[in-house]
Amino acid sequence: MNSMGRRRSQITAASAAGLLILVGACSTDTDGGSDGENTAAAIDCSQFEQYGDLEGKTISVYTSIVDPEAEEQRASYAPFEECTGAEIEYEGSREFEAQLPVRLTAGNPPDIAYIPQPGFLKSLVEDFPDVVVPAGESVVSNANEFYTPEWVDYGTVDGKLYATPLGANVKSFVWYSPSAFADAGYEVPTTWDELMDLSQQIADDGAIPWCAGIESGEATGWPATDWVEDVVLRTAGPEVYDQWVNHEIPFNDPQIVAALGTVGDILKNDTFVNGGLGGVTSIATAPWNESANGIPDGTCWLHRAANFYQANWDESLEVAEDGDVYAFYLPGKTADDKPLLGGGEFVTAFSDRPEVEAFHAYLSSPEWANAKASVTGQGWFSANSGLDASLLQSPIDQLSYELLTDPSYTFRFDGSDQMPGAVGAGTFWTEMTAWVASDKSDEDVLAAIEASWPSS
Amino acid sequence: MTAAIPSTTLVDSGASTAKARTGRLGRMDQRAGMARARLARPWTSLLAIVLAVLWTIPTFGLLLTSFRPRQEIRTSGWWTFLQNPATTLDNYTEVLFGSGTQFSTFFVNSVVITIPAVVIPISLALLAAYAFAWIDFKGRNILFVAVFALQVVPIQVTLIPLLTQYVQWGLAGSFWTIWLSHSIFALPLAIFLLHNFMKDIPPSLVEAARVDGAGHVTIFFRVLLPLLTPAIASFAIFQFLWVWNDLLVALTFAGGSPDVAPLTVRVAELAGTRGAQWHVLSAGAFIAMIVPLIVFLLLQRFFVRGLLAGSVKG
Amino acid sequence: MDWLIDAGSTGHKFALMFVAIALFVVVMGAILLAVDRPKRVPGWVVAAAFLGPTVLGLGFGLVYPGLRTIWGSLLDSKGNAFVGLENYVRVFSEDQFQTVLRNTLMWVILVPVLATLIGLVYAVLVDRTRFEYLAKTLIFLPMAISMVGAGIIWKFVYEFRPDQPGVNQIGILNQLLVWLGLPPQQFLLGEPANTLFLIAVMIWIQTGFAMTVLSAAIKAIPDDIVEAARLDGLHGAKMFRFITVPSIRPALVVVVTTIAMGTLKVFDIVRTMTGGNFGTSVVANEFYVQSFRIRDLGLGAALAVILFVLVIPLVIYNVRQLRIAEEIR
Repeated sequence: MNSMGRRRSQITAASAAGLLILVGACSTDTDGGSDGENTAAAIDCSQFEQYGDLEGKTISVYTSIVDPEAEEQRASYAPFEECTGAEIEYEGSREFEAQLPVRLTAGNPPDIAYIPQPGFLKSLVEDFPDVVVPAGESVVSNANEFYTPEWVDYGTVDGKLYATPLGANVKSFVWYSPSAFADAGYEVPTTWDELMDLSQQIADDGAIPWCAGIESGEATGWPATDWVEDVVLRTAGPEVYDQWVNHEIPFNDPQIVAALGTVGDILKNDTFVNGGLGGVTSIATAPWNESANGIPDGTCWLHRAANFYQANWDESLEVAEDGDVYAFYLPGKTADDKPLLGGGEFVTAFSDRPEVEAFHAYLSSPEWANAKASVTGQGWFSANSGLDASLLQSPIDQLSYELLTDPSYTFRFDGSDQMPGAVGAGTFWTEMTAWVASDKSDEDVLAAIEASWPSS
Repeated sequence: MTAAIPSTTLVDSGASTAKARTGRLGRMDQRAGMARARLARPWTSLLAIVLAVLWTIPTFGLLLTSFRPRQEIRTSGWWTFLQNPATTLDNYTEVLFGSGTQFSTFFVNSVVITIPAVVIPISLALLAAYAFAWIDFKGRNILFVAVFALQVVPIQVTLIPLLTQYVQWGLAGSFWTIWLSHSIFALPLAIFLLHNFMKDIPPSLVEAARVDGAGHVTIFFRVLLPLLTPAIASFAIFQFLWVWNDLLVALTFAGGSPDVAPLTVRVAELAGTRGAQWHVLSAGAFIAMIVPLIVFLLLQRFFVRGLLAGSVKG
Repeated sequence: MDWLIDAGSTGHKFALMFVAIALFVVVMGAILLAVDRPKRVPGWVVAAAFLGPTVLGLGFGLVYPGLRTIWGSLLDSKGNAFVGLENYVRVFSEDQFQTVLRNTLMWVILVPVLATLIGLVYAVLVDRTRFEYLAKTLIFLPMAISMVGAGIIWKFVYEFRPDQPGVNQIGILNQLLVWLGLPPQQFLLGEPANTLFLIAVMIWIQTGFAMTVLSAAIKAIPDDIVEAARLDGLHGAKMFRFITVPSIRPALVVVVTTIAMGTLKVFDIVRTMTGGNFGTSVVANEFYVQSFRIRDLGLGAALAVILFVLVIPLVIYNVRQLRIAEEIR
């Protein structure tokens, strides 16, 4: 059996099992769509009565999430479609961010879109004030009930809630091989200094500790921005981080220069990078999603990447705390200093039709979060407080959720995702790429980004 | 030099002319013989072979790669295949069956999009090229240059104005928008190329028909069209390839909905939400290539024959 | 009406396709039939019938968006306020734009010239040989691949792995270097050579186009001319220089022009292979980035207008060719 088929059948089995958990006994709605045969019997529709009868209504959803993740998205709408009779038209595209504004300008908006960055949401609200629809009452009450004020805030523009969180991710992770660590006698570090000592120790043992790659097509450079953000949180602290993201201090503030220098202690250190891929400059051309393969291949030991990096591992590898690959928390300055960098997508509506609001409300409810968790193999969790973490199937997703909800960790949202597009999806990427590719100095890089910050 | 050779890029085979068939064939054989003699010189053949190999290696490498297991692709070059001949169809299975929508749906969409998007612009361009070459009217040259210059308008600048119109007409998301858009975008180049062939047809032919009392429409269909068949077939191939390989137009006007989205949309999705790996990309690239290759092989004889059929020479 | 818009099943789609083609044939047929009377219909009416649909389509689909873009280039980033030439000032005052412009010029000169040259030489080499069919197919093959597909193929060719024990090259080019005892290179990193490596991809694609068109033109050279020249003692390179090339001059102009126009607009190759990093960006790519990623609409429009301007020399050259051709006729 091919790997894909295997994954697929896992999903189906999991979805049936997951939905059984959701249930209780079951009233069935037999007139529903054709795709829910195996789930129809298991869904408890009593929780969906609030949405009313939406038979014959269609809701279009436009997102940047494509297969295989899109398959999981569609599966998670099944209970809603079954119980309300509504039909969800899902469309995922890699060109989402370029195409959405085109559609909005042309007067052809989808009903619902999943916006991957709060900064993008903000510019959409500014550019298309009449097209983006503020969240309806039921959505607002869900948001306030199930999400922390910070998460509600990411979807709020000028005091109005437009978008609710969909999925979440945690980026402050270092992937490694637990089995190889055990064999070599290395310990998972708990402070930044220990991390540097470990790197030095691996280097002294004759290996190159880190591997990294920031090539990602037209988005080349973004993994490097995550590095910088993670380190700013650790060396300058969350308050400075917020000021930096909101441009209350210049982009090239001395504290940021210092942070970039700290990143450079790893990424621009020829004895620390770039295991199996080349020298420092190879970071710029190594594809992000393949750059950690050195860990199972034995050419590198450490790779900083988010929980969703799991999708890129060969299916044959076991992802577990005692398995082939796993991730540890990228440590703070001290063991008690625990900043956490993460991100997520946000659901926003372009129509105030009742069925659209109903679906928006469903997506912000724990029912959806749990339905999604039970059909998801890996690479997804939610900040929804009603999420039953035991439904998450991947240990790394469980760990992510644990860290996110642990009050001793200070969460901050991905900074480049909140900055204006010209910086967050522009110069921050390109300048970080130049930083590794042509050894541009820390000061020059940050000054160039500062200069590109839009004046208005 | 040009002046010395009146109507140049003309004709070769088809032999529907006054020339004696036997004499022509004899001469063709003669020339073929010369060519063989020329190629007998080893360095010319060598150069031809080297170029062909150079041109093929990149594609061949990826083709081989698409049949190798993921782990092998990553850790060894495709040229080590003979030492380690592990093959798999997993990459293709993943591409063909990895989506919620059946692959054949996208395939049908591509065909349905492509045929009218080739037929319509070529017909329009033929008519326009004829007008520019053989009908006298005021401002003909200025209009021709304007049409020619429109080639440079990047398709991207047209997306928003066109989509706005389509939405107002209630056409957004249908095949009509793609047909219409491709037809328009193809016109400048099609007119430019076809005009070039059209004006090479000897004026005497057109004049003769006109003296017989034929109108422009009759001349166009009876005299010019038969002569242009190979040129039309050639341009059809190019237009076919451009439409078949287009992603941007389909994505913008039709959206990615499975009812209209062509193959390229599916292949682009292979790159995954956060970037893809060689094993799926290589298989996807080949599946997308198959149809264009077949079409090319079927129509290639027109290139070999020459771009104008029949007619008189020199 | 709905039947014409929403096509779900395969049969329905094909039916719709035939309806579209039939509709087109009927409409055009009616127009042409109406004007097919040699004497009574004035010339301009006939011209209008032949050109009308084309002019309407082009006006709607290309001229209007083009004019809008020119106007948009004088507006600010949101397309609201008039800012005069500010966007152009910004484009030309930025350092990196010098690089972008330099790269674009490299593309638009090297791709047409080299693709045409290689295509021409190849067409002559394989003309009327036994393996002509196969040889042409191989060269044409890249034309069948989308730009993005070509980007993927060549990224694989240029793939870099360090020269380390336990690490194998997976890109053929670097493997060649290693076999020759040279260190592997990061081809896409070093400026300005990396632009040349990207240009190679476009040449690889376009040579097939040049070869097919030129080959057809070569076959159309009248036999008498070739023979006469041969009697005069012309052979090989001289025949190529004095007979072949001048005879197919119009075809050469067409090929060079077409490829140059196509090259100016290309951004997929740059976008998939380097994302415009490492000093490889071209105007078309910058235009795309500004318009669709950064959403600075004014700046994006200004870059598109610069593309229009770059094409003016090509237009002038072709107009002159057109004049020459008219004079001959």
